[in-house]
Amino acid sequence: MKFTLSWLREHLDTDASLDRITTTLSAIGIEVEGVEDRGAALASFRIARVIEAVQHPNADRLRALRVDLGDGREYSVVCGAPNARTGMVGVAALPGAFIPGTGITLKVGEIRGVKSEAMMLSAREMGLGDDHSGIVDLPADAPVGTRYVDYAGLDDPIIEIKVTPNRGDALSVRGIARDLAAAGLGTLKPWDVAPVAATYPAPLQWRIEDSRACIWVLGRAVRGVKNGPSPKWLQDRLTAIGLRPINALVDVTNYFTYAYGRPLHVFDVKKVAGTTLSMRMARPGEELLALNGKTYALTEEDGVIADANGPEALGGVIGGEHSGCDEATTECFIECALFDPVRIALSGRRHDVRTDARQRFERGIDQALLPKALEAATQMIMELCGGEASEVSEAGAEPKWRRQATLRFARIRELGGLELPAEEAERRLTALGFSTVSRDAASITVSVPPWRNDIAGHGALAQDVSLPADRARKAAEGCAEIEPECDLVEEVLRLGGLDAVPSVSLPLASALPRPALTPKQARAALARRVLASRGMQDCVTYGFLARETAALFGETPDVLRLENPIASDLDQMRPTPVASLAMAAARNAARGFGDVALAEIGGAYRADAQLAVAAGVRAGLTAPNWAAPARAVDWLDAKGDALAVLAALGVPMAAVQVTADAPRFYHPGRSGVLRQGPKVVLATFGELHPKIRAALDIPGAAVGFEVFLDAIPEPKKRKKGVPDLPTFQPVRRDFAFLADAATSAEALLRAARGAEKALIADVVLFDRYAGDKLPEGKVSLAIQVTLQPRERTLTDAEIEAVAQKIVAAVGKATGATLRG
Amino acid sequence: MSDDLQALRAETEAALAAAADLRALDAVRVGVLGKSGSLSGLLKGLGQVPAEQRKERGAALNRLKAEVEALLEARRTALEAEALDARLKAERVDVSLPPRPSAPGTAAEGGIHPISRTIEELTALFGAMGFRVVEGPDIESDWHNFGALNIPDHHPARQDHDTFYMPGTDPNGHRRVLRTQTSPLQIRTMLAEEPPIRIIAPGRTYRADHDATHSPMFHQVEGLVIDRGITLGHLKGCLVDFLRGFFGIADLPVRFRSSYFPFTEPSMEVDIGWNRKTGELGGGGDWLEILGSGMVHPKVLANCGLDPREWQGFAFGMGIERITMLKHGMPDLRPFYEADLRWLKHYASDPLAAASLHEGI
Repeated sequence: MKFTLSWLREHLDTDASLDRITTTLSAIGIEVEGVEDRGAALASFRIARVIEAVQHPNADRLRALRVDLGDGREYSVVCGAPNARTGMVGVAALPGAFIPGTGITLKVGEIRGVKSEAMMLSAREMGLGDDHSGIVDLPADAPVGTRYVDYAGLDDPIIEIKVTPNRGDALSVRGIARDLAAAGLGTLKPWDVAPVAATYPAPLQWRIEDSRACIWVLGRAVRGVKNGPSPKWLQDRLTAIGLRPINALVDVTNYFTYAYGRPLHVFDVKKVAGTTLSMRMARPGEELLALNGKTYALTEEDGVIADANGPEALGGVIGGEHSGCDEATTECFIECALFDPVRIALSGRRHDVRTDARQRFERGIDQALLPKALEAATQMIMELCGGEASEVSEAGAEPKWRRQATLRFARIRELGGLELPAEEAERRLTALGFSTVSRDAASITVSVPPWRNDIAGHGALAQDVSLPADRARKAAEGCAEIEPECDLVEEVLRLGGLDAVPSVSLPLASALPRPALTPKQARAALARRVLASRGMQDCVTYGFLARETAALFGETPDVLRLENPIASDLDQMRPTPVASLAMAAARNAARGFGDVALAEIGGAYRADAQLAVAAGVRAGLTAPNWAAPARAVDWLDAKGDALAVLAALGVPMAAVQVTADAPRFYHPGRSGVLRQGPKVVLATFGELHPKIRAALDIPGAAVGFEVFLDAIPEPKKRKKGVPDLPTFQPVRRDFAFLADAATSAEALLRAARGAEKALIADVVLFDRYAGDKLPEGKVSLAIQVTLQPRERTLTDAEIEAVAQKIVAAVGKATGATLRG
Repeated sequence: MSDDLQALRAETEAALAAAADLRALDAVRVGVLGKSGSLSGLLKGLGQVPAEQRKERGAALNRLKAEVEALLEARRTALEAEALDARLKAERVDVSLPPRPSAPGTAAEGGIHPISRTIEELTALFGAMGFRVVEGPDIESDWHNFGALNIPDHHPARQDHDTFYMPGTDPNGHRRVLRTQTSPLQIRTMLAEEPPIRIIAPGRTYRADHDATHSPMFHQVEGLVIDRGITLGHLKGCLVDFLRGFFGIADLPVRFRSSYFPFTEPSMEVDIGWNRKTGELGGGGDWLEILGSGMVHPKVLANCGLDPREWQGFAFGMGIERITMLKHGMPDLRPFYEADLRWLKHYASDPLAAASLHEGI
């Protein structure tokens, strides 16, 4: 909301500077968004009269002027403006003045032998628009010597504020003045209104057909009005705050909206069908052609103001085009009503109408102001448009707004952290319009003014349905007791500014804090660092993507499809972060960076759960280096990433098994699943399916993995046992097996390990060969077995016996035979 | 369709069915639609057809040509899929093979995203003040996201949130939304555990807003302290301690302005000092809004079953991207989520240097 400083001063008696006013507003909760001080740059410019303008003796295009600035002397001025003429009144600047339009500070000069002691200004030179056709030409009666900003009404800074949703009362100049007065910046000027005598019966009657549509309404006609443009001061004021002057009657309603936070509407009596205006709910099929030119299809949840023809206004939100006042109006009917804030909010949202009236009604207006506001509006209309006033028509009744709240002074310290004398707390509340009902040394009970709907209100709780009944009841009782006091503590605190509250560091709960992360959270952080230390870039990508893309990577259940996506390519929660990273790899490739290693710790979404996943995608080639030439990334890299995460997170690696049933987005032959036992899926890895690479436009190789962090069990906290440090040297033996190409290396290794557990300490695969030296469909797998004797050195015969066992176990498990 | 055309069609269909690979398929195509293909021949011969039959014959031929082309395309798709399947089958590897001994990249090439880094720093700083980290789901009920936080359905604040809605309702009949703030973690924590409570909740949040300074997904961190005897003074102290620690400026000016949030009372906005012209934090005489905070509203406590006569505390929330951008002088929000390798490498932090107070953050 905008207002001007002079408008504020009409309500606030203060000598505070503009700067102090804006600083205070921001401190007490009315944030100043901007100040437009149009006059500051023009302050030194004065109105001047050209005593005489003659041709410059030495220049064809210049004139020599003698100018009167009202200070009793004459100035010689050289001027190039074609319109400079004897007797004209304009605006002059004296040496030392900064000219905003040119960016130059004026100096005394001499132009071709004629002295120039001042400058006559164009509109553009003053920074007031683009007109540079000549110097400013003011009416002949403009007062010479006066500051131009005063004459033009530009010396009135415009202040723009952001009012929080709880403060309907601060959406008015008077409400702002009241807050500033309470904050110690002056006094609120009285606003007295004398009743206007009625001379004839009201031509229209109110009827509240449905109490949902309206709580209380007053109305009054003024006949014999002459409607037309409103006076300049009113037009200037509305224009300054961004409103368009319409005509005097409509301008009065807008003026009341901003001055008092009291929206009004005026009907043209002649245009109203019948003699009754009904407050009722809209009927099916009814429409309203509103003042903004739009037609709204009303619902049975919308409250309307209707005449015999149907809806004439969406009550409290927007008036109708048909029955509004125009220049031909001779009798108007002023509507001054009170609506239910919730209904206004919902109606306004339903039809997406944002008006000044809605903004105020939905936040709550002064519930008792109606009679006074109607008298004041009647008076103002008669002053501007003449006419005589009818009797007042009324329906409904003033609501029960009176309520009390109690503040224990100690709570200012206990909740607000501020030591404040009780007297000052009471003064602040009184200045805000609260009146003392009772007061003792420890507490004060006040009645709440009718414009503060946010204090000690009756908003319902929304308690958790699973709370035990007595716990819920006790909490609700506590809330009813504490909330109004909390409201008052806030009022008292904010008026002094919160910088007054001393900062106190949080007391330590214990000298050494517990870990901030749970073991599971710490695992996620570790996973991120493990992947980054393997050359991957940690990424953060959107949780949603295009449904078709999501479908390439997994299920796309309807419950994970956004109802109102911001774009059609962001409409489905992703089944795996691999999808987002694969898209990112494609984007990077399109920019010329096809070799990427991207990782993300993020959500994978299921119909019934959100999984925490450490995912990664590698694409293109590894980094080129003389010692390790670049090669295309492959599924082994992805498996290595997944295993590195699992190992770092404490998964016992001996128990991890691999199966070849990875999700569909992987190449079916070059992908796997890492499991702990048959059921627990720890991770998946593999080459991305060629169809996905084609669909996303990933030009080179692309592999990925996902580690399911929720599935990883918490590592056992057992102390480690004593290490096994035998004194005898280990013996190593190599074996090469000829196996079917489909044989799993893991199965072979496991069989070898199990052949003689007491002696075999380790088995590793050190060679795998498939090629033309072997029979078709066969592969050679070479393993190194470490035997660890514990009691004595092994004899050749013992070693041979173990070797036999190994060959037999491997043969039994895989069908492989020792290569000759 | 005349008999000869029907016969041609049947022949072609049979030939296509018999075509076992793409090469055979192409042979069929050439035989029918090629320069001297059977159908091409018939089309060429159209000039010899008597004038009165020409139109009908021409139409029939063109229809047949379209049909044949469709059959060819369908068969091509099928054969390509078969070829891919065969290729994939042939490419089967032994996935049980152990990976290579060294990673394809090193820590020097990798990096931690600035958002992850900021969350680590938040964790270190607030952790030292006794806070724990809590997390919650991105898809929330509107009760957790709004109702329990004293934002009823008609509240003007709801309109400002540009909420994304998901289909359906939760078991309590509440609408499902993508959380617009991390504040639901206040509710989840108060319901899950008894005070005293000190938590922060960093996480993803969503709002239907997309321009130079807004992203439909972004991150917030929520803070909540519930205890006996916690005052607004503690809130101020906690935030001043955090802000000076996070930005590494021991005398960073911090200003508190009264404000309004439905879930706190009293509420305040917090500004830090900076220089609007240079963007430098600290001196400069200008103020920059950085976070919202306040004493937890009695209604929010009561909604979670806590008696406001017994318990009170404070809450705060701030944008993680915002404090990250300010700390590192980053001009643009949008690249945070684009995973552009160049940007990531420029702003990433070293994975081997985790944020910790003893090493300095």
